[in-house]
Amino acid sequence: MSGLKVVFWKELADYLGSRKFLILFIIILISAISIVFILSQNIGEYSSEISKDYVFLNFFTISLGALPSFIFFVSFFGPLIGIIFGFDAINSERSKGTMSTVLSQPIYRDTLINGKFLAGFATISIMLISIILIILGLELGVLGIVPNLEEISRIIVFFIASVIYIGFWMSLGILFSIIFRQTTTSALVSVMMWIFFAFFVLMISSVIADQVAPLNQNSTLEMVAKNENIKSMIMHISPVVLFQEITIALLNPSARAFGISALIKGSNLLPTPLPLTQSLMVIWPQFVGLIALMLICFAVSYVIFMRQEIRAT
Amino acid sequence: MKTVILEAKNLTKVYNHTKVVDSINLQIEEGEIFGFLGPNGAGKTTTILMALGLTEPSSGEINVFGYNSTKEPLKVKKVTSYLPENVGFYEDLTAQENLKYITRLNGIPDKKADKKIEEVLEIVGLSEVAKTEVGKFSKGMKQRLGMGAVLVKEPRLAILDEPTTGIDPKGVEEILELIVRMSRERNITVLLSSHLLYQVQKICTKIGIISQGRIVAQGSIKEIGKSLLKDEKENLLEIKVANKLTSTIMESIKKIEGVMEVEKKSPDHSLEEIYIKYFREE
Ligand SMILES: Nc1ncnc2c1ncn2[C@@H]1O[C@H](COP(=O)(O)OP(=O)(O)OP(=O)(O)O)[C@@H](O)[C@H]1O
Ligand SMILES: [Mg+2]
Repeated sequence: MSGLKVVFWKELADYLGSRKFLILFIIILISAISIVFILSQNIGEYSSEISKDYVFLNFFTISLGALPSFIFFVSFFGPLIGIIFGFDAINSERSKGTMSTVLSQPIYRDTLINGKFLAGFATISIMLISIILIILGLELGVLGIVPNLEEISRIIVFFIASVIYIGFWMSLGILFSIIFRQTTTSALVSVMMWIFFAFFVLMISSVIADQVAPLNQNSTLEMVAKNENIKSMIMHISPVVLFQEITIALLNPSARAFGISALIKGSNLLPTPLPLTQSLMVIWPQFVGLIALMLICFAVSYVIFMRQEIRAT
Repeated sequence: MKTVILEAKNLTKVYNHTKVVDSINLQIEEGEIFGFLGPNGAGKTTTILMALGLTEPSSGEINVFGYNSTKEPLKVKKVTSYLPENVGFYEDLTAQENLKYITRLNGIPDKKADKKIEEVLEIVGLSEVAKTEVGKFSKGMKQRLGMGAVLVKEPRLAILDEPTTGIDPKGVEEILELIVRMSRERNITVLLSSHLLYQVQKICTKIGIISQGRIVAQGSIKEIGKSLLKDEKENLLEIKVANKLTSTIMESIKKIEGVMEVEKKSPDHSLEEIYIKYFREE
């Protein structure tokens, strides 16, 4: 076996056998199951909200009173899952003194970090696949709804997007685990980034937009558009926003545009579902953005790690 | 002449504009137990890390088995074992699993590795806890497992950075014994860093003394001792008193013209030796 394979399997076994994986898995599983069951019991009440063509996808998108939808769950808690997997990847090895032992074996230094990244992505994939399969199984078994091909392809793309999204947060966690020597610091900073991207970026974007292009009663439509454009530009640095738009377009086949352009064109007023290829056209910039963010995190982690001293102090 | 296993030429490392290792020249020959001595912060660990290719020298070079440690670290690490200053293991893996990870990283086939691991755990006295998580190990057990990790990859050179810190005297004896056996029975060359003179004196065939990044003495203990203590020996006088050595006696000797210092000599047995004897008898 090559060094990379050895590190990969060791890290994967660590992840899958860890308590944090078990706890996260159980939490997500319980929420997924409850969504399916509550929905199955109240299916009549929601019939008006359910789109007839894509019955199956509704289970990912519909929120039931107090219970959030599954995609909300992924977009909101996905970052936490990623952070939990990443935040102590390197600094815990350093503080426990395992890093010098491992790196004094005949492997290159990047083997360790590559193996950790790959194992992290594998863990996220395994987690998501099993949960999606469980939801599929429950829907088939409990409700007897069979997904059509279009729906299955959409779920597969959704799965890929989710892996990249959670993977981004894991990469960010790993980056901070390289920068900060203490696990508490890296955890805290990662969570702060999450709060920033999930909540503050929205506030900041409108504050900045109002500064640059202030609006009043007699603002022209162009002014409104400019304001909205600035706002949306800033908002789109947030992986949370990118992911939310991707999932909405994927699992809500009628979505065709976002933000002001959607309002102006009025395209959302005609909810005829789009085929998958069309939906992908709508979201490809967001997809590329998400992948780029993830790659940046990885590249920066890599460069810093390769230059860092091995020693704990 | 024996083959040179490790050789540093004008090796220098600069951290924040200070030379932590200052153009040192070192030679370690096959079969030696080389004691690398020096106070805290002298640059021992830094030198060791450069030998393993884990830190890059600022200038100069260090070769192990003829391979440049910076340019061909994998070839060096393949035949060299390293026991870090604060050795650590994966706490939720067992002793056996931890060693298995090391053999796998060295590309040793599992079947061969299993036998080797069993043998090594026997040698370091951890057979009974082979299947216990390392998190439950004491500091001394971890250190012994560290020695196991050194042995398991069948190295030709073992670099041990303060292998006896934080260990009780009995454990220290065991580890020193193990190092000597390792060197004799397996023909492993050993580089051992320490600041405990007594231990080094006991097992090392050659020593190098480093201070503030510079090698101040290198050679066998006899050679160094001779040159260092020569002038001191010539003006020392030992006096034995009949009854109890009182301060008045000492005062009066001191009053004699030409006497520079009067010091009470401690008994021959050091506290450490007494301690060990005490625990051996139990
Ligand atoms: N990454 C670093 N950045 C800056 N200075 C460093 C770094 N690593 C070590 N040093 C400094 O280099 C000097 C030598 O350290 P080194 O660890 O090699 O000493 P040592 O001989 O191993 O000491 P000890 O007996 O305490 O282990 C110390 O003064 C230390 O502060
Ligand atoms: Mg040191």
